[in-house]
Amino acid sequence: MRISWRRVRAIVRKELREYRRHGSVLVATAIFPVIFLIQPLFVVFMVHSATAALLEQWHLLLYMLGIPVLTPAILAAYAVAGERQQGSLEPVLTTPIRREEFLLAKALAALVPSVVIAYGVYAVFLACVALFAQPDVAVAVLRPPDIVAQLLLTPLLAGWSIWVGIAISARSSDVRVAQQLSLLADLPVLLVTSLIAFNAIHLTLALAVALTAVLLIADTLGWRIVSPMFNRERLISSTR
Amino acid sequence: MMPDGDMRLPGDMRLPLAADKSPALSVSHLSKRFGDRLALDDVSFDVGRGEVFGVLGPNGAGKTTAVRTLGTLIAPTSGSATVAGLALTSENGVEIRRRIAIMPESPGLYLRLSVLENLECFADLYEVPEARDRIEHALRLMGLTDRARDASGSLSKGLRQRVALARALLSEPEVLFLDEPTAGLDPVAVREVHELIVGLRERGVTTFLTTHRLEEAERLCDRVAILNTTLRTIGRPDELRDKLFTRTLTVRTLEGLPEPDRVFGGLSAVDGWRRDGSAGYILTVSDPEVAAPDVTRALVAAGADVLSISESRHSLEDVYLELIDEEKEAAPA
Repeated sequence: MRISWRRVRAIVRKELREYRRHGSVLVATAIFPVIFLIQPLFVVFMVHSATAALLEQWHLLLYMLGIPVLTPAILAAYAVAGERQQGSLEPVLTTPIRREEFLLAKALAALVPSVVIAYGVYAVFLACVALFAQPDVAVAVLRPPDIVAQLLLTPLLAGWSIWVGIAISARSSDVRVAQQLSLLADLPVLLVTSLIAFNAIHLTLALAVALTAVLLIADTLGWRIVSPMFNRERLISSTR
Repeated sequence: MMPDGDMRLPGDMRLPLAADKSPALSVSHLSKRFGDRLALDDVSFDVGRGEVFGVLGPNGAGKTTAVRTLGTLIAPTSGSATVAGLALTSENGVEIRRRIAIMPESPGLYLRLSVLENLECFADLYEVPEARDRIEHALRLMGLTDRARDASGSLSKGLRQRVALARALLSEPEVLFLDEPTAGLDPVAVREVHELIVGLRERGVTTFLTTHRLEEAERLCDRVAILNTTLRTIGRPDELRDKLFTRTLTVRTLEGLPEPDRVFGGLSAVDGWRRDGSAGYILTVSDPEVAAPDVTRALVAAGADVLSISESRHSLEDVYLELIDEEKEAAPA
């Protein structure tokens, strides 16, 4: 199958333009990054230098992996159900676009802003800690392995969340229901990242490699698994 | 193929086409079932290249299902079709959609994007070459150049419909499907859409038009099909009238004729007559152009003061209602 990147680009560009002009989507995508930024900052600035060693037991940076889990869920849930709700799905499906191209474009359109937002929030956090936190606290929080893990896991977690969101969106007729279900479906992943961040699950190199491998496989297979769920006939004629 | 004199055949209702022209659409015994509901039943017809083909029918008659099936959006349950020269199969879906364009009943624009951005998106989806030129041409054709930067959501329904039509024309399709293009439009917008369809016909675009508006079909279409799950009839509007209704002349005189049977009964061109009011007569004729001069001469010879002699015209609406009424009567109670 030959992928037309021009068609993929067309949908990605259209999606990004729509996000920018869609107030409720902007607000929804801004909420989670703010929540996941405030709490670590609060912890960092409340901890005294004497107790900074406590932070070494935590992976505070990894707590912020909730951002790439939850932010794309909102966007991905809108991907198909939103088009269907505003009546624009049928005209798009009358064009030569393949469902694989359509879904890939939708996934990329959700991935790009989600990763940019996540990395942007990390940068703000790292800058705040480096510039304003007490030196002992900064050393305890800013650990190179955590930063590398965070940078690597962010797009992989976002990819997982996006495929789950698109799968739910392709089966839902209501955007709000799709968004709520997507968030619910992502809670187990969020739980794992939070348990790792607070050392309830001890993060070892082997676990990190295993998690990365699982996410890589899930992201790669996600496209193939979700594509058959995208049924033109059902989406257009609303038959089940 | 449809034999002369037999207006309604259950399965095949195809018309002969010129030997050197393959049909733009060829549909053979096509059926579509949604669960227990049969939306299309054993429908067959051909549409010639450059033809404006209208499909009339009540709500739920299967018009939109026909468009979606031929547009590869939904798969037929049985039967076959050729669309723009390609067999209607899932393997040919992309190539068929490249050659056709569909304007759904609802314009389905991206309301947060401008008119230009909507067209840019679809130009890329169709991978049209020289997209900028095509977009400008489509905007000019639809009279939208000065609205190109406006958000689609700020446009009136008529203007949105025009944008949807511009979008459908971007790819210069071989076959254009218009599903109720004038539904919900005001008379001015309806007239504009009609003018656009006439323009498309002049440019040789094959148009498959579904509509509720009988006068629209009569005015725009070379041939019309009346669909109500099954294909009830197909033909040129005047052909349908002639087949379904006997041809008549309506005669009005100043006063009633004392012996009308003597006047009309002796005319070979008149098959029968009946009164229509005190000084009106409806004559059944096989050829009005032959009968009218004979009738005129007979009336003058009888000393009648003739007010008018006119051919009774049955509209496509009469044809439609006749067929739909027949169907209702035939349906089991």
